[in-house]
Amino acid sequence: MHIPDGYLSPATCAVLYGGSAPFWYVALRRLKRALHTQMVPLLSLFAAFSFIVMMFNLPLPGGTTGHAVGVGIAAIVLGPWASIIAISIALVIQAVFFGDGGITAIGANCFNMAIVGSLAAWAVYRLISGRAAIDSPRRVVAGALAGYFAINLSALVAAIEFGIQPLLYRDASGTPLYAPYPLHITIPAMMIGHLTVAGLAELVLTAGVVAYLQRAEPGLLKGTAPGAPAHAGERRGPARSGWRATRPLWIALAALMVLTPLGILAVGSAWGEWTPAEYANAASRQQMTAAAGGQAPPAYAPAGLRHLASIWTAPMPRYAPPFLQSPTFGYLLSAVAGTGLILLVFLLAGWFTNRRAE
Amino acid sequence: MSAGFIERTIGSLVSASHYAASAEQTAASRGILQRIDPRVKVAGLFGLVIVVAASRRLEAIGAVFVVAVLLAVLSAVPVGRLAAWVWMPVLFFTGAIALPAIFITPGRPVLALAGWFVTAQGVRSAAFLIARAGTAATLSALLVSTTPWPWVLKSLRTFRCPMVLVAILGMTYRYIFVILQTASEMFESRKSRTVGVLEAAERRRLAAAAVGVLLSKSLQLSGDVHLAMQSRGFRGEVHVMQDFRARAADWCWLGGFAALAGAAVWWGR
Repeated sequence: MHIPDGYLSPATCAVLYGGSAPFWYVALRRLKRALHTQMVPLLSLFAAFSFIVMMFNLPLPGGTTGHAVGVGIAAIVLGPWASIIAISIALVIQAVFFGDGGITAIGANCFNMAIVGSLAAWAVYRLISGRAAIDSPRRVVAGALAGYFAINLSALVAAIEFGIQPLLYRDASGTPLYAPYPLHITIPAMMIGHLTVAGLAELVLTAGVVAYLQRAEPGLLKGTAPGAPAHAGERRGPARSGWRATRPLWIALAALMVLTPLGILAVGSAWGEWTPAEYANAASRQQMTAAAGGQAPPAYAPAGLRHLASIWTAPMPRYAPPFLQSPTFGYLLSAVAGTGLILLVFLLAGWFTNRRAE
Repeated sequence: MSAGFIERTIGSLVSASHYAASAEQTAASRGILQRIDPRVKVAGLFGLVIVVAASRRLEAIGAVFVVAVLLAVLSAVPVGRLAAWVWMPVLFFTGAIALPAIFITPGRPVLALAGWFVTAQGVRSAAFLIARAGTAATLSALLVSTTPWPWVLKSLRTFRCPMVLVAILGMTYRYIFVILQTASEMFESRKSRTVGVLEAAERRRLAAAAVGVLLSKSLQLSGDVHLAMQSRGFRGEVHVMQDFRARAADWCWLGGFAALAGAAVWWGR
């Protein structure tokens, strides 16, 4: 996933450097305040550790081996901010010194793996582990899913960066100047490899290291598990908190997401959600007339509606991402993406509220 | 077979140390680029990387590549090593990625191969990808093969890179080799104690435990280093000695890099 030079246009690289800069700034500020003199040696050693971990061959189920990024374990042990800096430093040294990843693409690689990866791993780990005891098996599962989800989200972001290149940068003859494949090729190409081999490597590594640390160094897991008891059975904090209290809700949410493609079975469009194109479609006009108690809609979409409808084009219009052929999978992906976005907003809101309360 | 993954991991750890050791060796030898002020080199070579990324003409990228190879020869960087460590990996990795593009990029067909059409636009697009990736990788390999890493970092200060980041980069680089050594010894000692065939699950447990041990060793070491730094007066402020002095020849080189970059930008518009 280390993007070399020449795959992304200089403009994309500049945007991703710009996108990464505020995260680096905030991370450094927060760490300097929290760690003071300890920051330089801690981050240096952890970055060196992350660098080495990226070289480990991990035996995977099925007989192959894969490399992990180590972003899951970094976020779980250090928290998201220190992980962002440590993984970024490791990526910079890999790019400049070892030629693994491009110099112009350092911003992109750090954005994808260090920033998106660390934040996603931390959020998933905290969400799933809740207030489980430090030695609880749930923390191993949470670590596994955090690593798997983080690396796949990073890969998805990288695939989108690759996929938009031919849309934006072509010469007069139509030759793509940078990564040549459009989104409908880059997304499956990147995701198949990451959902299987690379994701599995990250899953195996993160779960294995969390399980090892539970036995050998449980103290290292306490940093990102505030209020968690050391052993299962001990209880700290309010009863039935975190995951346990809301478990039925999460299960129901997952079931609803799986059932979303049933929405495709419904015929026609929802009342009052007509698009300008539907005013010109005979079948849609018939439905609109029936819904309005026999009153026919105007022959053309009203000018105001036409104008406003063209202002914003959603990335997944009508729950059908344009890069996916299958409407069922598109619906499902929209449900997962939408739920993920809402959870992210609430996580951020919760995080801000907690900070203010502190 | 049982210890295959242990051997492969030791192999990748050792090859990283070899790469760094031989880069440091060439950086200490006498050559044209070794004599230039590191700040000029960092600005010049990174500038050319950006020019290569922005160029819209294959000929301009090719010209920068030729200059890079020429500089490598004049700086005692073995071309065989560039080929083995930079060009072959780029060709295999980027080549594999670019290959389907020559068939599936829409455009004017120029050749038919077993029912598939090679398009002119596809070939050009693949050539862009390989040329850009190869030239940029050669330029960054030139920088690290002709400049000791502490000097590269010190010159980053000139470009207003935050001091604390430069310090972390420097320490990380130093401790990469300490941890590399530790990891390599851990795997070797495990390998020497392993008799027979390890189950796949056992191998996974072994790898995860190795990472866990390495993690706790790294954090332990960071605590020790922190105490050592504090006992030597470290109070959170990083100071770097700035003793580079640009000579007339360095200014000429800077002018040369700027002229080359300018020409490549103008030609590659």
